[in-house]
Amino acid sequence: MSTSHASPHATDPTASQASARETTEGTVYTVTGGDWDEIATAAARGDDEKIIVNMGPQHPSTHGVLRLILEIDGETVTEARCGIGYLHTGIEKNLEYRTWTQGTTFVTRMDYLTPFFNETAYCLAVERLLGIEDQVPDRASVIRVMMMELNRISSHLVAIATGGMELGATTVMIYGFRDRELVLDLFELITGLRMNHAYIRPGGLAQDLPAGAVDQVREFVKKMRKNLPEYDKLCTGNPVFKARLQDVGYLDLAGCMALGATGPILRSTGLPHDLRKAQPYCGYETYDFDVPTDTTCDSYGRFLIRLEEMRQSLRIVEQCLDRLEPGPVMVGDKKIAWPAQLALGPDGLGNSLDHIRNIMGTSMEALIHHFKLVTEGFRVPPGQAYAAVESAKGELGVHVVSDGGTRPFRVHFRDPSFTNLQSMAAMCEGGQVADVIVAVASIDPVMGGVDR
Amino acid sequence: MSEAEANGNGAVPSPRGGTGEVIDVRRGMFGAKEGGDTSGYGGLVRTVRLPGASGRPYGGWFDEVADELEGALEEQGLVPEEVIEKTVVDRGEITFHIARDHLPVTARVLRDDPALRFEMCTGVSGVHFPGDSGRELHAVYHLRSITHNRLIRLEVSVPDGDPHIPSIVSVYPANDWHEREAYDFFGIVFDGHPALTRIMMPDDWQGFPQRKDYPLGGIPVEYKGAQIPAPDQRRSYS
Repeated sequence: MSTSHASPHATDPTASQASARETTEGTVYTVTGGDWDEIATAAARGDDEKIIVNMGPQHPSTHGVLRLILEIDGETVTEARCGIGYLHTGIEKNLEYRTWTQGTTFVTRMDYLTPFFNETAYCLAVERLLGIEDQVPDRASVIRVMMMELNRISSHLVAIATGGMELGATTVMIYGFRDRELVLDLFELITGLRMNHAYIRPGGLAQDLPAGAVDQVREFVKKMRKNLPEYDKLCTGNPVFKARLQDVGYLDLAGCMALGATGPILRSTGLPHDLRKAQPYCGYETYDFDVPTDTTCDSYGRFLIRLEEMRQSLRIVEQCLDRLEPGPVMVGDKKIAWPAQLALGPDGLGNSLDHIRNIMGTSMEALIHHFKLVTEGFRVPPGQAYAAVESAKGELGVHVVSDGGTRPFRVHFRDPSFTNLQSMAAMCEGGQVADVIVAVASIDPVMGGVDR
Repeated sequence: MSEAEANGNGAVPSPRGGTGEVIDVRRGMFGAKEGGDTSGYGGLVRTVRLPGASGRPYGGWFDEVADELEGALEEQGLVPEEVIEKTVVDRGEITFHIARDHLPVTARVLRDDPALRFEMCTGVSGVHFPGDSGRELHAVYHLRSITHNRLIRLEVSVPDGDPHIPSIVSVYPANDWHEREAYDFFGIVFDGHPALTRIMMPDDWQGFPQRKDYPLGGIPVEYKGAQIPAPDQRRSYS
């Protein structure tokens, strides 16, 4: 365990700043903050006052591992750039070595705050390739919509909570995460997991709603209707909150169009573009809801839109509950429908004992079928498809290419966070350093989705 | 020609229209290709066909967009047949295969022509077809028109040896990061991009990870002399 720095000598440059002590592991230096006076005088001696500051990738207010490279002149940001890729996990490549159904377990981890949108978009694309879009049972579509809208609420709650925290309003953070926990409890009840669900599968759902889920969701809607006005009371009219958000992170319609920004950013310019209305999927055209817009083009407008979208989502969830009819949640085609007869046992979620008894004990064919579907999977006719859903953050597009095999040939996610984050420079340059944090929070990027 | 090849895709459902563009011919299964294979899979032949060019009428608003696009290209002094290599309509989506030299002007007329007005580009997705010789690398663009509520796809194919495609960042600034991503993962060089650098992988990374021939490391686990192969070396259904 000996390293070169374990033997300090007289000319050690850190010796003047760091105190050292000997341990069994070698010398340990205690490094405290540098000498800022020295840095400040050095900067003052320079030809200009421009300083390049790296904010992140390990900074609490940059939403995960986002690195902001800011060129600042005094308190003004003259140039801003993003450094991304710190959370790249090669999910798109990984998908090419798993079956089509296993793909959902990967895509759910991309933007980990919007798992149901990732899963639905991926499954819609695979279903289009298979040509079974019309065969997906109604009940499955209704539950997909319900889960997506609950997910929209939980994602917006995190956006508002972390945005508040970065302003120093920790109460907003506590409120937001308190209410998000209610949504995650529902997710856990329905899918067995709080995050990374892999609940929506090509052809339908992994399993039906458990007993009591409908009542619990109704209870949640009631509770949420009571809790939502608290954000209004706490933030909407709050003069400090307004002063920090208004006219910050400005991006008008032309800017949004050019930079491809979608979601609350685009709707804060007054354009009511929402794929749920424009290109409905999962039967969204049959639900009654409004698309909130604002004309301020700023962070405050985006905050108000997120708040209103949560109210609209509650409306949609209620309509879903009202129209839930008993029925299958997976396509009838036994060559596609993964026999996921799951049940919650004492050791967690797994195949139900009844299903295992059936395939192991009574039906040889069912066992063969189960084995073939799980190990080989199903084949998808060659071609390509693009499916897009309106995620909480904007247009989430999936481009899927099949070569006729049992595994995807190529899957590409057009993640809204990735595209929206490009507008960071346009929003921040010329503003104050402190406003960068507000602007980035209003974009609501999730690095899991940006880097994939 | 073996029987499996003659009937299209062997046991695989064939693409609609029966015919299509051959992009690959797969032989064997589970990595068994040569003699010495007693499983019987070594003789399998599967031709991979993507949906081929469609003829008129394309149906719905597709014809209107195609007409307007051809008209707008003629206005630019171009011959539409030289710009649009082929048009594919499949699964309710329309794809224009564009010759790479004409991509920027095509993108510009698609954006600016009032009858087309595709305001938004949702980025570029690279696809690597190692078996499609001379057209190994494909760049796929999806353009959305909010005005007309339409979505079309542009596809540009280039050979592996000359992976250059003109950048359309000047038309759609949103493609800045998307083109960097496609360069990073596929090595497609977008000429005219303001700063074509890697975006996800480290700057000094070698190779282009999402190409099909990029070696996957795997973990060199040894168990009683056996090696655990990397995912792309494992037995799989071809």
